[in-house]
Amino acid sequence: MLKGMTRLVSRVHKLDPGRFLHSGTQAPQCLVAHLDNQVPTESPRAISRTLENDPAKHGEQHVGQHYNISIQELKTVFPHGLPPRFVMQVKTFNEACLMVRKPALELLHYLKNTNFAHPAVRYVLYGEKGTGKTLSLCHIIHFCAKQDWLILHIPDAHLWVKNCRDLLQSTYNKQRFDQPLEASVWLKNFKTANERFLSQIKVQDKYVWNKRESTEKGSPLAEVVEQGIMRVRNATDAVGIVLKELKRQSSLGIFRLLVAVDGVNALWGRTTLKREDKSLIAPEELALIYNLRKMVKNDWQGGAIVLTVSQTGSLFKPRKAYLPQELLGKEGFDTLDPFIPILVSNYNPKEFEACIQYYLENSWLQHEKEEGKKELLFLSNRNPGLLERLCAYL
Amino acid sequence: MAAPCVSCGAAASYRLFLAGRVSFAREQGLWKAAAAGLQTGTRCQILRLKHSPAVTTKKNVAALRRESYTVDFIKKQIEEFNIGKRHLANMMGEDPETFTQEDIDRAITYLFPSGLFEKRARPIMKHPEEIFPKQRAIQWGEDGRPFHFLFYTGKQSYYSLMHEAYGKVLHVEERQDQLRAKGLFSEKPKTKDPIGSRWLIKEELEEMLVEKLSDQDYAQFIRLLERLSALPCDAAEEEFVGRFRRTVTVQSKKHLIEPLQYDEQGMAFSTGRGKRKTANAEAVVHGHGSGKIEINGVDYLLYFPVTQDREQLMFPFHFLDRLGKHDVTCTVSGGGRSSQAGAIRLAVARALCSFITEDEVEWMRQEQTEA
Repeated sequence: MLKGMTRLVSRVHKLDPGRFLHSGTQAPQCLVAHLDNQVPTESPRAISRTLENDPAKHGEQHVGQHYNISIQELKTVFPHGLPPRFVMQVKTFNEACLMVRKPALELLHYLKNTNFAHPAVRYVLYGEKGTGKTLSLCHIIHFCAKQDWLILHIPDAHLWVKNCRDLLQSTYNKQRFDQPLEASVWLKNFKTANERFLSQIKVQDKYVWNKRESTEKGSPLAEVVEQGIMRVRNATDAVGIVLKELKRQSSLGIFRLLVAVDGVNALWGRTTLKREDKSLIAPEELALIYNLRKMVKNDWQGGAIVLTVSQTGSLFKPRKAYLPQELLGKEGFDTLDPFIPILVSNYNPKEFEACIQYYLENSWLQHEKEEGKKELLFLSNRNPGLLERLCAYL
Repeated sequence: MAAPCVSCGAAASYRLFLAGRVSFAREQGLWKAAAAGLQTGTRCQILRLKHSPAVTTKKNVAALRRESYTVDFIKKQIEEFNIGKRHLANMMGEDPETFTQEDIDRAITYLFPSGLFEKRARPIMKHPEEIFPKQRAIQWGEDGRPFHFLFYTGKQSYYSLMHEAYGKVLHVEERQDQLRAKGLFSEKPKTKDPIGSRWLIKEELEEMLVEKLSDQDYAQFIRLLERLSALPCDAAEEEFVGRFRRTVTVQSKKHLIEPLQYDEQGMAFSTGRGKRKTANAEAVVHGHGSGKIEINGVDYLLYFPVTQDREQLMFPFHFLDRLGKHDVTCTVSGGGRSSQAGAIRLAVARALCSFITEDEVEWMRQEQTEA
């Protein structure tokens, strides 16, 4: 009744300085094996990684394989925006590897074929919890960064509608509220991601901050961003200005704009923020949300809008909701309509195998056994997030 | 073997709850007569009955511990029990001749409904043999000389039993030697049902012999009996050994394993039901599948976000090494999340029984009880 146990002890590592110690005496053997792809024991290893590190060149044949993002790129492209568990994994493995999956490939295909004369198309990534929407979004962002687009990435819109400590009455519009902390943090990260553009783009209006400070027409956008970072009180307004300018100018064709929002259903949901008299604030009374809503409308050209709806972190939404209709609500759905929905689902068997191989290679899983794999398969039902959590305990 | 046991008693519960007017006064009279008889009786180890019928006062508690009952008293109790049984049958409108113990129990629960949780505290009416603890009769005669030849060992029943068993062993071996001498000896391997019966446990043996035993005594005895049963015995010896074995119900044989059913496409499937606490589950396991499980129309990953519950679902498949091979569709209701998981697990296990042979089912059950 008990099947025989298969122990694959293939430990072929790349000869990185960090992992040189592991290979030891097996190194020459492994190198030879690596070069010769005909050896059957190497084929499981080959499917989990690819050497193609440019997202633009990813195609159907790379589905299920991990590609590497160098640490420098990680710092510039993703100052914020990677899910926290992924950041921990990057730190543990000393490398950042994303898996190429079908939904992301589909989106890449659409993006490569966008017509920038038409209004920006909205793509919505949706799926159940833990299936990989945020990481797919990161894949897209990496692609766009490599293609030299301007990335407007809001890592988690839910963070802007809950747990905000300071709410100031907006200087620009008395009805609205400012969120200085969130806005300044976002501006800092935005600056890191898009340094090179900020000096090129010029503002087209004069903005007066207070009695002493103002930004003249024609000065680079970097000044606005600096102002926002230095004067935290004006950060929200700075964000508003940035958004407005970018929207206006992307149609001119100087740059291409990618608007990426994770958890866009926060824009139309409810908030947990209260005024001093304990009455609830609606999302449109927050200046950040108001401006972001304008951004997500498709009345501008020269870019694309990629959105994710997620239940994790959402407020007052049932756990099992994952469809855009359920999460966005009527108002949000009507605003976003028409959009292209892209379903992100659990791993298929090949991707699951590849993920397990990846963990084995990084010595995250110690032994490879058939029963163990089957148990993992059963317990996680091939859900990427769950698989990662399960493997963390083993 | 065992000394004739005499039981007499002061179990107030028994007397108090006899239905019918088998009169209290008569019992009191009986008591007095018995007490008087005992006092005038021969030297014996029975203490004087200080027990009064209705109330036990504090100073009599010490005496209660070492009470013993005379043969006459027990006989009287048995008579009363039988008469009471007939009265009860009359009251319930049944035939007194065919009134069994189950009928008595039912009648008593009907007439004296009790809300007590401890079942042993509820009203009972049973034969005096079962109520009064067995005690030994006097073991020496008027001249003070004990009856049994092994009295001075301290455990006369135990040693006489050992003596008898060993005598039988010798007898059997002698018979074997005789057969061998004649040349008619044939080696017949003994077949014994390994699952159906078990030896007496120490407590049961003590109860049988009305003597305290030590663990070593008990172990010795069992070893001797096993030695005896390993030899080719005839009917008398088998019967002797059989006195010390108790049957164990083979539970899995009770459980009907339904054969596989086949649906339109020809795929095998089977249903099973399971319960745990207040959760009820019914599962349909399909023969060929990919390990998908659907509960109330929802995927099991969404239904049970907690890993522990999914592990419970995994166990039946994992035990049979059939992790990715079956598809399950099930419905569950009631209980909480943990009991729903347990109920589905049981239902799946029962359904899976149809896919495997009977021996494996029994093996599984034993493995589970051992593990």
